[in-house]
Amino acid sequence: MPRSRMKIKTTTCYMCACRCGIRVHLDESKDSKDGRPVVRYIEGNPEHPLNKGVICAKGASGIMKQNSPARLTRPLRRKAGSERGAGEFEPISWEEAFSILEKRLSSIRQSDPKKFALFTGRDQMQALTGLFARQFGTPNYAAHGGFCSVNMAAGMIYTIGGSFWEFGGPDLERAKLFVMLGTAEDHHSNPLKIAISKFKRRGGRFVSINPVRTGYSAIADEWVPIRPGTDGALLLALAAEIVAQGLYDRPFVARYTNGGQLVVADRDSPRHGLLAEDEDADPLNPLYPQNKLWWDRHSGRAVPSHTPEADPALFGRFTLADGTRVQPAFQLLADRLAPHTAEWAEEITGIPAATIRRLAHEMGITARDEKIELPIAWTDCWGGEHQSVTGNPVAFHAMRGLAAHSNGFHTVRTLGILMSLLGTIDRPGGFLHKAPFPRAIPPSAKTPTGPEGVQPGQPLKGLALGWPGSPEDLFVDADGGPVRIDKGFSWEHPLSVHGVMHSVITNAWRGDPYRLDTLLIFMANMAWNSTMNTTEVRRMLNDRDAGGEYKIPFLVVCDAFQSEMTAFADLVLPDTTYLERHDVMSILDRPISEFDGPADSVRVPVLPPAGECKPFQEVLIELGSRLRLPAFTNEKGERKYRDYPDFIIRHETEPGSGIGFLGGWRGANGDKALRGEPNPKQWEKYAENNCVFHYPMPPSYHYMRNWNRGYMEWAQRNRLRRWGEPILVHLYSEVLQRFRLAAQGKWPGRRPPEKDRARIERFFDPLPFYYAPLEHEATDLKKYPLAAITQRPMAMYHSWDSQNAWLRQIHAHNYLFVNPGTALDQGIRDGAWLWVESPWGRVRCMGRHSEAVEPGTVWTWNAIGKSPGAWALAPEANEFTRGFILNHLIADELPDGRSNSDPVTGQAGWYDVRVRIYPDGQMH
Amino acid sequence: METKKQLALVIDLNVCVGCHACVTSCKEWNTQGAAGPLTDQNPYGADPSGTFFNRVQTFEVGVYPKTETVHFPKSCLHCEDPPCVPVCPTGASYKRAEDGIVLVDYDKCIGCKYCAWACPYGAREIDESQKVMKKCTLCVDRIYDEKLPERERKPACVLACPTSARIFGDVHDPESEASRAIREQGGYALMPEWATQPANHYLPRRKTALRVDPQELQRQDNPLKVDGRLPPPATSDPALDDVTSW
Amino acid sequence: MRPAWSVLLLTTLIGAGQGLFLALFASDLLFDPQLRFILWGAAISLALLAAGLLASFFHLGHPERAWRSAAMWRTSWLSREVIALPLFMGLVFLYGLFAYLGRESLVIGILATAACVALFICTGMIYACLKFLQEWHTPLTVVNYTMLGTASGLTAAAALSAWLQPALSRPFALAALVAGALAYLLRLASLSRNTRLRPKSTLASAIGVKHPRIVQIAQGAMGGSFNTREFFHGRPREVVRAVRWGLLALVFPVPALFLIFSSSPAMLLAAFLAQFAGMLAERWYFFAEARHPQNLYYQAIA
Repeated sequence: MPRSRMKIKTTTCYMCACRCGIRVHLDESKDSKDGRPVVRYIEGNPEHPLNKGVICAKGASGIMKQNSPARLTRPLRRKAGSERGAGEFEPISWEEAFSILEKRLSSIRQSDPKKFALFTGRDQMQALTGLFARQFGTPNYAAHGGFCSVNMAAGMIYTIGGSFWEFGGPDLERAKLFVMLGTAEDHHSNPLKIAISKFKRRGGRFVSINPVRTGYSAIADEWVPIRPGTDGALLLALAAEIVAQGLYDRPFVARYTNGGQLVVADRDSPRHGLLAEDEDADPLNPLYPQNKLWWDRHSGRAVPSHTPEADPALFGRFTLADGTRVQPAFQLLADRLAPHTAEWAEEITGIPAATIRRLAHEMGITARDEKIELPIAWTDCWGGEHQSVTGNPVAFHAMRGLAAHSNGFHTVRTLGILMSLLGTIDRPGGFLHKAPFPRAIPPSAKTPTGPEGVQPGQPLKGLALGWPGSPEDLFVDADGGPVRIDKGFSWEHPLSVHGVMHSVITNAWRGDPYRLDTLLIFMANMAWNSTMNTTEVRRMLNDRDAGGEYKIPFLVVCDAFQSEMTAFADLVLPDTTYLERHDVMSILDRPISEFDGPADSVRVPVLPPAGECKPFQEVLIELGSRLRLPAFTNEKGERKYRDYPDFIIRHETEPGSGIGFLGGWRGANGDKALRGEPNPKQWEKYAENNCVFHYPMPPSYHYMRNWNRGYMEWAQRNRLRRWGEPILVHLYSEVLQRFRLAAQGKWPGRRPPEKDRARIERFFDPLPFYYAPLEHEATDLKKYPLAAITQRPMAMYHSWDSQNAWLRQIHAHNYLFVNPGTALDQGIRDGAWLWVESPWGRVRCMGRHSEAVEPGTVWTWNAIGKSPGAWALAPEANEFTRGFILNHLIADELPDGRSNSDPVTGQAGWYDVRVRIYPDGQMH
Repeated sequence: METKKQLALVIDLNVCVGCHACVTSCKEWNTQGAAGPLTDQNPYGADPSGTFFNRVQTFEVGVYPKTETVHFPKSCLHCEDPPCVPVCPTGASYKRAEDGIVLVDYDKCIGCKYCAWACPYGAREIDESQKVMKKCTLCVDRIYDEKLPERERKPACVLACPTSARIFGDVHDPESEASRAIREQGGYALMPEWATQPANHYLPRRKTALRVDPQELQRQDNPLKVDGRLPPPATSDPALDDVTSW
Repeated sequence: MRPAWSVLLLTTLIGAGQGLFLALFASDLLFDPQLRFILWGAAISLALLAAGLLASFFHLGHPERAWRSAAMWRTSWLSREVIALPLFMGLVFLYGLFAYLGRESLVIGILATAACVALFICTGMIYACLKFLQEWHTPLTVVNYTMLGTASGLTAAAALSAWLQPALSRPFALAALVAGALAYLLRLASLSRNTRLRPKSTLASAIGVKHPRIVQIAQGAMGGSFNTREFFHGRPREVVRAVRWGLLALVFPVPALFLIFSSSPAMLLAAFLAQFAGMLAERWYFFAEARHPQNLYYQAIA
């Protein structure tokens, strides 16, 4: 058929989390086997602000996803008498599935709502899933952030009020030096590729710091190989050199960070290590008090922070009028940094000291001497008028290479500090926020603070996930024990702002802190590549107690494809693909905002669902209605929303708030943006406008948003923020110090139980510090000398694409990449079979010699190997016979019984595992 | 055979990150278009294999730590003197006089594979199901389609490429973007030793370095001075004044 | 290159058929062959040519379109071969027919000989014209095809005459020995030439990066492709070496022993079969040893 007669519909891609706009060409004349139109071509949408017409390998292979033999098309119930994992199911009707769930869940909700847990994987609908869990009343909800990149979110947000990816990113339009750490491929994949290419063509200098040279690093001007897990040491040394040479941006540090604010230095004071406050002055906002002090170097006395004409001393020791001894936070930072010389870091990172110094000088001198001045007038939060915006064109980007270590929080925080020392926060050529960021430090969203927040038949008294600012915000019982199944927001991982999903199955199996009844997993392959300790977790999923009942009694999995995880389900709910559903990238979640203003987007169905597939969104609306959750029912307890699209249009965060899931075309006539009454034609407007809403802000709100009065007022008016106080960069983290004081027994409120005391005191350091990943401390490093990591290939999204006929031709199986020297030391030839062994297990795989990997590291592509029988592949498929995953080698718990996670955030320490390798056939 | 116009791709290895977007976009467009279908064998079994017009390969250059990872997309180079064309016994392989695109007429192809033998680049792949030789067409069914907006009259791989590493144009027109890129950025041909004169060119990696002069670290406006951390030397310290009087 | 049985059989069978015809015609000119020898010889020659032609169809994806392949005789040696082979077959047939009818066949014989030579040249040039297949791109390729075909045809003629007209057997055997020795020496010359070849293309010229150490990591497809199937023989080095020894023994020394020490039809038939097997090995090796420059792009998967 001539292509010109094909129908073209726009929607949003979901072959990965990047969320590009696509145009889908449909051949409606020729019906496929199942009577649906045939997708002929999927291309990038040139009108879309995110990808501007480009598309990636995955996006262009979306056609094959619709044809996947692994599609689930009917609700399935595990056959009576069959084992979990065997994958023996019988189809049932949706009505039957819903009534099973309704019965079970309403009984849980009326007795103990926390016995129901909802954890989600690669979804982009946390606003809805979170709402459902909260309305149900369970605290046991999270998406996969805890095992993905929570350190990147938390480490940066607790420091600069924003982070990378959805939260912000490098301004490569204007940067001159771009330093990328620990990133191969990325979530924000196409925009980053577009930007890096333009940046290089403009003559920018691109430095990549990574143990492996693949992906983006391939085109870096300089590759700086580093040992995994040691980035914190490198960043400390860079910051130390920048301070030692005086290459920091002093005016920026003084005004826009807390470096000039005074810290109580009296060890015995209950306020030791907290910022000194002028108790007579109005804090303006008790949540974010503004009555901090500077030591004015002109007048030689303490003055309220940001007093006009004053300039804070950054160094020195001072005594306040009441005798309190204080020091500027910057002095403490400088003292902390000083011993971290390039030579010190060389020992740890393997990067020559001269290289570290040179990189520090390149950063500092570029930031200082290549300044950008944009003629944009703006007013700061203290009333200072500025005729222009200054930028220091050094940009950074980092992702899981920094985050997925048990020392990742402090590493990422150190990166935030380095970026701030260079004066690059929300400035042209540096780091820029994306709405609704920046957030306050910490953001004001909070969980309940104790078990009383969970009540039968009641919604949760707070959010399931929040941002603790002090021990009082933790979600713990009277003994300091966790309320959540994953022990999130407990003393074990106080700042686990994305939850600790990788601990859920182990904790529920063990009954520590308690057992669950029903675990609902959406789109997460927890029985294979999305879990640590895969072998044991698969056993736990199938384990029974003395009474013969499964330790996790009821397991519900919703996914569009038959995966390793669905095989373990008692009930399988067939989800649709992204081309068959309504969906929103909500401003309440992580929208697709651009640097210049908020943007959100939607998916609209371009195909009817295959078989009996039902979008998970509809499942939640249906369940919410059946369970009579308040948000889904009217005053009479009747169903409130016809379906998900109806919910999206009419739902408001509070009655009459004017804030809903989508910010575009609000108001009865669709003429309001961000805030306004529901618009019944909202979906149509999105569909007419490339499925995206973009609200460009005036230029004076584009920069310096942490401290930009105009922006803050605008953001408050549009309810992006409740508070308008400036967000100073936390070079010094008072939040962390509050927890440390609690551990030291000096905090007036909650204190950690004895078992957590030393740990809290050690890791809640208000200043950045480096420690070797916790697993290294628990491993015989002589026996296991190598680090083992994974990277995500650009043509494959997790385990998801091995069912895709085109993409699996590119990555049919995987090899372990080993530096030739390292391999030959063990007598391993290129291409030979070998064993890779950690203290926790071993895997047989094929090795490939590579000069593009640091000799102390081995790596492979993530999630290529599959469990036989999964994903509807033939039994002899390469994924089974020659593929492997490293998850079998990675422990979910360390010998001390704690989760193998960052002690601050609970981020899974995927990349901390240590291994050795030896040839196949050799016994050890 | 010199054609008036010679369409070609110029591939910029300086920005190619090896994402395979061009590979599957090409497959997607062409499998459902005039050049398709591009069949797959064993799509869900052992050693899946299929017909593609374009592949991205990876090479490592040099020895650790001075290693370069080079991602290298490869498709038909549309040679100005294509060795594959004259050897074809049926005339199925031909080079278009109007724009220099080398094409295969599937209806004439007998599947003898001789043209593939005659291509030093491995740019042709036989379709194992249809038994005819297939290769890049530069999306000849797109680039002249006047129903498409002007900006979209480009090969699918070019439109897809996130790093815009693929420049499409007439390399005989000295003012085309493609010609300028070749001229100004050191565009080169593959295997020049065979004198096939590939129309497609590649742009090499280019390095941006930053030279820091030690003097740049010594600045009058060093903030450490403001904070008294770079005090002027004390006048009591030893100086030349102590030992000489000229 | 991957040796394809269809091509191996095509070139060896028609080579033998051509050689046999040359032997017939030569005997016609020099001796006084009996009619039945000529008829049997022409029939066997035609059978060999037809078998080769039949084998060639198995090489084609679309044999039903084979008729199209005569079209490009101006540029394509393959197209020329497609013309030369049936032409030669027709002339051989006429040659036999004329002999059978007792008509003067000298002109037909000369024409057929010309077609035969043309066919040898076309067949050889199909390979020799591919300039970047350096192992093939030499006049020796044409010479080898011609000489080996001629020698095997003479051996066949010796066997045939031992059965039908033993008086001719010795001269044919002698001619087969001389031609075989010459063919052998020339093939040895090409083998030795090829071992000394240095590939003009390198990874550096293949991807245009000037560096002595370039290693492929991935070729963009892990399950194999046309490029990995068509251009690699895929056999272990030992097999290739064994085939080389096989051809060195069977192309000449073994049949020569038969030709020298026996004159029984069976033993001479054995000589032909051994030589034919040697030619198959020779042709297999001819493909296997040819290193196509495209292979530089298909060295590793990951």
